[in-house]
Amino acid sequence: MSAGAGPPRESGAAGAVIAFRRVHYALPKGQLLLRDIHLTVERGETLVLLGRSGAGKTTALKLINRLLEPTGGEVQVEGRATLAWDPIALRRHIGYVIQETGLFPHYSVADNVALVPRLERKAEPYVRARVEELLALVGLDPARYLDRYPHELSGGQRQRVGVARALAADPPILLMDEPFGALDPLTRAEVREEFQALQQRLAKTIVIVTHDTSEALLLGTRIALFEAGELRGVYSPREFLASSEPVAAAYTAQLRRLEGFERGI
Amino acid sequence: MNVIQYFERHPGEILQATVEHIWLVGIAMLIAVAVGVPLGILVARRPWLSKPILGGANIAETIPSLALFGFLLPVPWLGERAARLAIAALALYALLPIIRNTAAGITSVDPAVREAARGMGMTPGQILFKVELPLSLSTVLAGVRVATVLTIGIATIAAAVGAGGLGEYIFRGLAMVNNSLILAGAIPAALLALGADFLLSLLERWLRPAR
Repeated sequence: MSAGAGPPRESGAAGAVIAFRRVHYALPKGQLLLRDIHLTVERGETLVLLGRSGAGKTTALKLINRLLEPTGGEVQVEGRATLAWDPIALRRHIGYVIQETGLFPHYSVADNVALVPRLERKAEPYVRARVEELLALVGLDPARYLDRYPHELSGGQRQRVGVARALAADPPILLMDEPFGALDPLTRAEVREEFQALQQRLAKTIVIVTHDTSEALLLGTRIALFEAGELRGVYSPREFLASSEPVAAAYTAQLRRLEGFERGI
Repeated sequence: MNVIQYFERHPGEILQATVEHIWLVGIAMLIAVAVGVPLGILVARRPWLSKPILGGANIAETIPSLALFGFLLPVPWLGERAARLAIAALALYALLPIIRNTAAGITSVDPAVREAARGMGMTPGQILFKVELPLSLSTVLAGVRVATVLTIGIATIAAAVGAGGLGEYIFRGLAMVNNSLILAGAIPAALLALGADFLLSLLERWLRPAR
């Protein structure tokens, strides 16, 4: 929006799907939640937004599909500012998975997954085939689960349906907000591993929010570290482990303590 | 002559009064739903409107029914026909529970569900009609049920302005100090209320979203 303001823009790196350009986000009352965020996400990579609760990572995620609008700077998706997109078209271009999954309790599994294709008025035989394909993809037997309702599923199964729903319209971008957060540790590890396999097969651009260091290291091709509304740095998992940046070091120190505990047993 | 004999001798007459009664209540409820549900949605969307709208409906609720019929009598178009007047007054009474329950139903939709709907790229209209209203349907219906039972009772007073219905018997019975006549109006009205309550509660249970 503010053309000319700010430093000269580097021509968006080839393949940058999402770009934050000096983004600020403040609440109407004035509290600043994000300060001067500058960040790009390359095509096909998985960027993890890591930080503690309240660090601004979920806010950053919601700026991408315009559930929130920046109060300064701009967020670009496919080279176009989110504010220049039709919000509905933008969101249908981006899959969205949230922690509580937000499955519609009054829709069956099949109807939940079919939601976006139906909104896009795809032909019904195509939609049905697509739903079965997706359920199989996330490891749920279509014959058994199509007609169930969300309350009849376990947490892990709900999460899988949430992922299937987000993938239904085959969006090139996938946003995930603490996607495995509500699961017990064992199920969480299971679903996460399945997701890793899925990740390689789908080749989508993915942004994941988490506060779990090991999750960030396992899933991310890069890790963006948030602290108190600021971006502290972007690291590859290897760089992150070696980083001397105090906040990153605090995360790795916590991991090492866990390792030390393991060795101590 | 006791009530049972009265029922045996005048079945057609009582049936007609019952049909009149149902008609008054039915039309009033249709109007109340048509007005109350959109108002309830508005209250849920714009919380600052909740005070004036719910307050207004609350005031209508507190006016004694006989007085409300009296107040509406001089209103130009309404006052011309007794039935019109009665229906308007009944609809006013039915409004509060319907507005309140619609607003409560919509505001109680899980925020995660609403956010997922937005994030999936549903338009505000699609979110309302495909998510919020279906999920609050049973709560809305509970309001309609309360309003219907209330209105069936109050509709007996419509006879005071000559709108007919089962109240005719009650007023006649009062004037003639004839308990059988009073009961000839009161019993069918009570049965109507019970029946409506039962049927609507069945519908409500059937529509309750699984959690």
